Amino acid sequence: MDRILLNLRQMQTPALLIALLAAVAGLAALTGSDAMATTIAEMMIRVVVVVGLYVFIGNSGIISFGHISFMCIGAYAAAWMTAEPTFKQIMLSGLPGWLQGTQYPFLVAMAGSAILPAFVGLLLGGAITRLGGIACSIATFAVLMITNSVYANWDSWTAGVSSIIGIPTVVGPWVAWAFAAVAVVAAWLYQISRHGLMLRATRDDPVAAQASGIGLVKARLGAFVLSAALVGLGGGLYAQFLGILTVDPFYLGLTFITLAMLVVGGMSSLTGAVIGVIGVTVIVEFLRMFERGEMGPLTLPPGSQELGLGILMALILVLRPTGLAGGRELKLFGRRPAPAPAAPEAARTAPAE
Amino acid sequence: MIGFIQNLIDALSLGGLYALTALGIGLLFGILRLINLAHGDLISVAAYALIVPSVDVTARMFIGDFNILFLLPSIAVIVIVLALVTDFAAFRPLRKATTPTLMIASFAVSYIIQNGILMIYGSRPKAINLWGAANQQIQVGDLRVPLLQVITVAVTLALMVGLSLFLSRTRYGVQMRAAAEDFRMAQYLGVKGNFVIGIAFAISGILAAAVGLLYVTQSGSLSHTMGVPLALFAFVAVVVGGMGSLPGAVAGGFAIGFIVTMLQAYLPPDLRVFRDAFAFAIVILVLLFRPQGLIPARNVVERV
Repeated sequence: MDRILLNLRQMQTPALLIALLAAVAGLAALTGSDAMATTIAEMMIRVVVVVGLYVFIGNSGIISFGHISFMCIGAYAAAWMTAEPTFKQIMLSGLPGWLQGTQYPFLVAMAGSAILPAFVGLLLGGAITRLGGIACSIATFAVLMITNSVYANWDSWTAGVSSIIGIPTVVGPWVAWAFAAVAVVAAWLYQISRHGLMLRATRDDPVAAQASGIGLVKARLGAFVLSAALVGLGGGLYAQFLGILTVDPFYLGLTFITLAMLVVGGMSSLTGAVIGVIGVTVIVEFLRMFERGEMGPLTLPPGSQELGLGILMALILVLRPTGLAGGRELKLFGRRPAPAPAAPEAARTAPAE
Repeated sequence: MIGFIQNLIDALSLGGLYALTALGIGLLFGILRLINLAHGDLISVAAYALIVPSVDVTARMFIGDFNILFLLPSIAVIVIVLALVTDFAAFRPLRKATTPTLMIASFAVSYIIQNGILMIYGSRPKAINLWGAANQQIQVGDLRVPLLQVITVAVTLALMVGLSLFLSRTRYGVQMRAAAEDFRMAQYLGVKGNFVIGIAFAISGILAAAVGLLYVTQSGSLSHTMGVPLALFAFVAVVVGGMGSLPGAVAGGFAIGFIVTMLQAYLPPDLRVFRDAFAFAIVILVLLFRPQGLIPARNVVERV
């Protein structure tokens, strides 16, 4: 009995986060507008991506600028499996027959868009997680540029700079929500697992953690692979949401937006990752409305949305470096965790409690 | 043989640009532990400052038409001021922040500057002709060398010699080296922290201005992300050279320039489009065998 209660208590954070996302999607559905449904679907996909980012960045404390390349790899994996066979035979002549001639079901494609990035993540992560924190961060830029260069020029597989079309658009708000729920649960299970705890220990004090027998590289690599899989899954969803795919979006712009979401929410808790996506989406949508002149007399010039996001991120870093969630998890009941050294200040302002 | 020497000169001039960029980044990293992702955007600003601010498609020269004796200081001052503003607005409030936080902050600054350029100058790339005469070729025996490459190598060497003289011979140079060695200790001994950091930002601004002008003369076009590839190559150069070591940054810059040029020259034609992928893959391989870089700095390993 106690054990079941403990398990329930442990699982309350992901359950609450999933319910929160469902509430946002439900409220948006009440407006009944197509534009809103698109925004929500895109937001849920971003939840998958940012939660994936969080699995590595949040638990290891190492910033990665390269994870959007896994999104690219996942998106193309989904496109290879689900695009119209006639299109594939003409434009993607390099694909093997079993991909070229068949259109796989949605869930199979999603599995592919998680497995391929995980495999690439294992290969690349094996190399770059050996580097120290900062060098590792910079090496992730190299990963981004390698992927971008390969996918933009690998004409027979990716149609190069032209686009892949004819991908079934089966992802709407609620499908994306279901995958966001999967990502949240996966990230949580990893975080409270032995491996997750070991990695968090290396984040907080690498020397002490290693002295306690934790293999730094192995712990980082595990998180890297899982986060590559989740971000790749986000990419697969994105492909099946848009129905058309080019390499261009998977570069620094998207890297910035997803990192901004993680930072604004607070990169050291899962709650932060989810809240960051919701918060930044709301702010960006408001700025877009101002840009389009839909908010009365005040019309902002185009580009304000990006400038606003940049300034917001800088402000958060200066004023509240732990983000909106302040490193805490969403909880309704249960024993409070022992306060961290910096907790008194965080406790006073934590909105999530 | 002639072909190889030609490629070598290409490599030297490209490597020079990377080395100068890497120096600007490495200098700040040494003192502040800041990887300044916005450094590439300082390079873009140096180039954009040449023209009249407008969203028109055709670029009209503004500072670009000045006499070179006014042009150089004007561009340098603009970029230095911008570098100091980024320090004051974004990095000074974060002096006690961790390195990853600083890195993300500089990513935000980079995003702000890029979109600022976008708002003022529009999103379309613009053609610009600065010092067209520098693009002619000079004949040395059997070699045909673009004059601009000679200028680039000369400027690179001059700035490096200047910087190393500044660091070794002047009072503020010595203070900067002391701050890079152990910032807190240097402060105890009377080095004014913010002042030294300000000088470092100013120098990185000068380096960015030089790279921006050389690069725009060569490429002949402006775009709001033009500095980004240079900075990305330079970051990798800093890591390859050894984080926190200035000779390492220079060596890394030339190494990357050499790798990229030789790949461009000797890869089979159908693989040439993947040049950057190969270059970065080589870099990752090098780091696997030498994670501390080519010329490791002495003070990087953190004491517990």
